[in-house]
Amino acid sequence: MNTISPFETVLRGIAITLVILFFMFPIFWIVLMSFQTNATILQVPPSIFFEPTLQNYRGLITGQLVTDTSSLEIRFMSNLFNSLFLSTASVAVGLMLGVPAAYAFARLKFRGSEDIAFTLLSFRFAPPLLVLLPLTIYFQQLGLANTYGGLIWVYQLIVLPLILWIVRGYFEDIPADIEYAYRIAGHRWWTTFRKIALPLAGPGIAAAALLAFIFAWNNFVFALVLASADKQPVTVGALAFITASGVQYGQIAAGIILSIAPTFALALYAQRYLVEGLSLGAVKG
Amino acid sequence: MTLALEKIVKAFKKDVVLDGVSLSVGRGETLVLFGPSGAGKTVLLRLIAGVIEPDAGTIMIKGRDMEGVEPEDRGIGMAFQNFALFPHMDATENIAAPLTARNMNKTAITETVGKIARMLKIDHVLHHKPKELSNGQKQRTALARALAGEPDILLLDDPLRNVDAKLRFEMRLELPRLLKDQNATVIYVTQDYKEAMALGDRIAVMNARGIEQTGTPEEIYLTPANIEIARLFGDPVINLLDVSPVQVEGGVFITLSGVPVNIDAGYSDMVGRDCIIGIRPEAIRFVEEGSAEAIPLTIEAETPLNEKTVTLGLTQNGREIMVSRPAGTPGPSQGTGYIVIDANHIHLFDRATGKRIVPVKTQAAGSQGVAP
Repeated sequence: MNTISPFETVLRGIAITLVILFFMFPIFWIVLMSFQTNATILQVPPSIFFEPTLQNYRGLITGQLVTDTSSLEIRFMSNLFNSLFLSTASVAVGLMLGVPAAYAFARLKFRGSEDIAFTLLSFRFAPPLLVLLPLTIYFQQLGLANTYGGLIWVYQLIVLPLILWIVRGYFEDIPADIEYAYRIAGHRWWTTFRKIALPLAGPGIAAAALLAFIFAWNNFVFALVLASADKQPVTVGALAFITASGVQYGQIAAGIILSIAPTFALALYAQRYLVEGLSLGAVKG
Repeated sequence: MTLALEKIVKAFKKDVVLDGVSLSVGRGETLVLFGPSGAGKTVLLRLIAGVIEPDAGTIMIKGRDMEGVEPEDRGIGMAFQNFALFPHMDATENIAAPLTARNMNKTAITETVGKIARMLKIDHVLHHKPKELSNGQKQRTALARALAGEPDILLLDDPLRNVDAKLRFEMRLELPRLLKDQNATVIYVTQDYKEAMALGDRIAVMNARGIEQTGTPEEIYLTPANIEIARLFGDPVINLLDVSPVQVEGGVFITLSGVPVNIDAGYSDMVGRDCIIGIRPEAIRFVEEGSAEAIPLTIEAETPLNEKTVTLGLTQNGREIMVSRPAGTPGPSQGTGYIVIDANHIHLFDRATGKRIVPVKTQAAGSQGVAP
């Protein structure tokens, strides 16, 4: 390690502070907004001194959007539940399908394996809207439109390639000899997969699952087109804040805070695994 | 035969690694597969273990064809060159892997693991994860894991390659006894000829063309099938000199430093042909000046090793000859020395093919002619 001069340390501190300010300020501002009424938010010049109110949060949780002129019903809490359910279920399905597939692509060389893997990845290249139009028609004919099952299925377009390609890399990093050794010791293929491959790729699978969850959570366009009000996640549900009588900035801010909370908590909790997972390749056991 | 391979062919894409290799190993026998890297030794072990399938040929274990038999059903123990320990399990769990596969109960597993660990002197690190083990301990853990299931066939893939010289020396002494105790059929892969000689009941010498010679360590050392094998075994390396034998009354001779050296009369077929003579450095000894048949050498360098002294000399026409003698025995360190060669330890190779010429047994063979 090079020794760092005090001057450099100070410069670094300033640089990091600037970066953090740049990225964190909007979030900080949203937090502030979520405790203000529309009136204080829209005053010019803006001020960070105001009388905090919980009315935005109360409105969201009770489902009664109270504006200056009217009272409107919103289903933010059910949207939040939809987001949670859709993302969790999508990731669970994605893991069940993606992890064994990733193992197959990593370990078995079969005809066209690279092509299939690439095709799956290519789902991420196509603009979602391009897929959505025909999909909408199919879904309506198949009766999948506006169902959780249909949405979870479509979410696989986001989740599956991500899990497949990340986890495949982790499986490939496990020396094949370690698995051979377990087989030769007398264990079946399936036992070897469970006791050797899965635990060793564990951090990678956790990292992939977390990323997939965040991507699924943030998805907007699939749910916008394929789901109606009762199945919509928060990303789509937030549109309800733009009302005829104006944009409810305070409630939007509170909604944002509530909707980033789960992913934020999950990321904090899984950070350890993420870092471990992403650096696993460098320090092989 | 516990293990029999017949005409095994294996290619990776267009690269043919094994082309018609046959091999058989008897019950309780230790066969050493010796050869340079890239000869296909590891591939052969993997074929036996069943983690890869041959393109052609049959593998029989205890008389049963192994085609389509999964690795876990072959009754094999294997120690990998890179150890291949399970990084997320401690040494105990690693060693116990073949036992858990049989649903053995916990106490029996603990007992068996403890016994093997004591034998291999790793009982104090049983609760350590592989990354907390030294290379030597890893190697012993891998070996213990291979032994734990008491397999009929034990495949050891250069297990001493990644350990330090001191441990390698110790293990070279310990392993033969350990393997004999197991009473398993062992295939041991190595690139170290000393290891091969120390451990093998038989040695199969492999190169890119396949198995070149199979025999006891003595056979390989004393009657190498070709120049390449002669060169691979022995330290210092065998002296190899271009010669053309001549027939003189009284026998067949070659000339070194102008002095005719009598060789086996059975080599008379090779008279006048281009040959290479191979003389082990320890088959040459220094004698006093003026002794009969003494060949003068200009001494270039003397290298004292621990148990022997190696002298490099030049013949009159500048060809290098190495002489090895036990440390502490007299010999010249500079100037001119005189040597005689033990005629029984001379090998003659055909220069064109590299193959060893087997002397034709004649009545004269063995009797020493007199230089004219």
